[in-house]
Amino acid sequence: MTAMLNVKDLRAYYGQVQALHGLAFGLKEGSLTTLLGANGAGKTTTLRAICSMVRATGSIEFDGASLLGRSTENIVRLGIAHVPQGRGTFTAMTVEENLQLGAITRKDKAGIASDIERMYNHFPVLKQRHTQQAGTLSGGEQQMLAVARALMLRPRLMLLDEPSFGLAPLIVRELFRILGKINREDKVSILVVEQNAELALELADQAYVIETGRIVMSGNASEIANNEDIRKSYLGY
Amino acid sequence: MELLINQVLAGIATGAIYACMALAIVMIYQAIENLNFAQGEMAMFSTFVAWQLMQWGLSYWEAFLITVVLSFVGGIVIERLLFKPLAKAPILTNVAGFIALFAIVNSCAGLIWDFTIKEFPTPFGSAPFLGSQLISTHQAGMIGVTLLLLLLLFFFFRFTRIGLAMRAAAALPESARLVGINTSWMIALGWGMAAAIGSIAGMLIAPVVFLEPNMMGGVLIYGFAAAVLGGLTSPFGAVIGGFLVGIFENLAGTYIPGVGNELKLPIALALIIFVLVVRPAGLFGRAIVKRV
Repeated sequence: MTAMLNVKDLRAYYGQVQALHGLAFGLKEGSLTTLLGANGAGKTTTLRAICSMVRATGSIEFDGASLLGRSTENIVRLGIAHVPQGRGTFTAMTVEENLQLGAITRKDKAGIASDIERMYNHFPVLKQRHTQQAGTLSGGEQQMLAVARALMLRPRLMLLDEPSFGLAPLIVRELFRILGKINREDKVSILVVEQNAELALELADQAYVIETGRIVMSGNASEIANNEDIRKSYLGY
Repeated sequence: MELLINQVLAGIATGAIYACMALAIVMIYQAIENLNFAQGEMAMFSTFVAWQLMQWGLSYWEAFLITVVLSFVGGIVIERLLFKPLAKAPILTNVAGFIALFAIVNSCAGLIWDFTIKEFPTPFGSAPFLGSQLISTHQAGMIGVTLLLLLLLFFFFRFTRIGLAMRAAAALPESARLVGINTSWMIALGWGMAAAIGSIAGMLIAPVVFLEPNMMGGVLIYGFAAAVLGGLTSPFGAVIGGFLVGIFENLAGTYIPGVGNELKLPIALALIIFVLVVRPAGLFGRAIVKRV
């Protein structure tokens, strides 16, 4: 089966510093794939390279279309939603305006309105606070809002950068449960970058392990979770 | 007491000029987080265009409308040609760009229309407004237009999708791009709108100060003072700031001994410095907290 997202020989640079050294991986349509690795391994850089937010060479194909050289906003318009590290919440705007912004590239007013209702079903807390300034939400609520905002695009692929960062364990569980549901029911393919490997492997079907800008391990999430050697040497638990 | 009321009224009348200019300044600040020093000169140039159109026989409102549209397009063109290439350059490079633009626009206007003073008509007439000698119908009309502009801007930013996109692009460019907003064009749009608002300001100011290439020099500084006082992030604050600066200027001229016309301008500058020291975000502005 051909992959929906196909990354080959990806090299990325911050100024003179090379952060990715020929990374290659694929993501099948409908899958929930996780990229694991320690701090500084290149996980975030990989997501940023997909969205053209860092200088990169190699090849990134999405549904056969090459992404390298396109602008960030054009890539988003192809149906790739990116929930960045730090969530990127528009803190001075209301919760509802944040959701509207997620759908800013869409023209179907009725569809947008019904999608906002759908998000309120996924995340009831957002409905309670829909007129509130997004900056007043708690960290967990802001993360839910960031996911909801990304889904408002009706993406085919959603990129999540450390969604568990800074959240209480219970909230992380809830968030991951909803991500699994979105993946199964709304047929959104998901690529999630995580440091919380244990939880990510529970959720994902496919997993890759990155070390210093290269893929060092790949396979079924359950296989990797059950392989003690890999766990101890790369994932640290 | 009557003297005080009269001076406040007169202050509101001149304040309308500053309010209008401050509105244009806030528009551009929202888009690029920079003060455009050439804003006043662009407004002056637009006013000359309107004057020229009327010389060619168009009615006031025809010339007004065409000028606003031309200024909007002109603002976008200036951004695309001059400032888009400087988008990633340091602030000082941009400031140099603004100053260059100031000089270029000023000299071009002088070259085309020369430096003699011209009269610019007002659509509101210049009779006393409601029997008051202090406010003319023109100044009242100017206050009305300024408030109308403010209302339109409010609705635009609050209730339209493009307004929402512009706010998002100004607040968090990276996040805005991640929801698919072309932030570069939003900046160009901000320039266009600022130039259009500036042209309206210029056409309203010209009947008061007369039309000539240096007509905006003083006005721009008062406009800056108004925008800083009201808060550079708030169109509403800019308008209130404009009126306050106008009132303040008049009262200072009347009540503080030794402050005549010559010292009015330093007072505006002193006000800028005072506000920046005491309340950098202005009266109605949002304080922007940055994590370091």
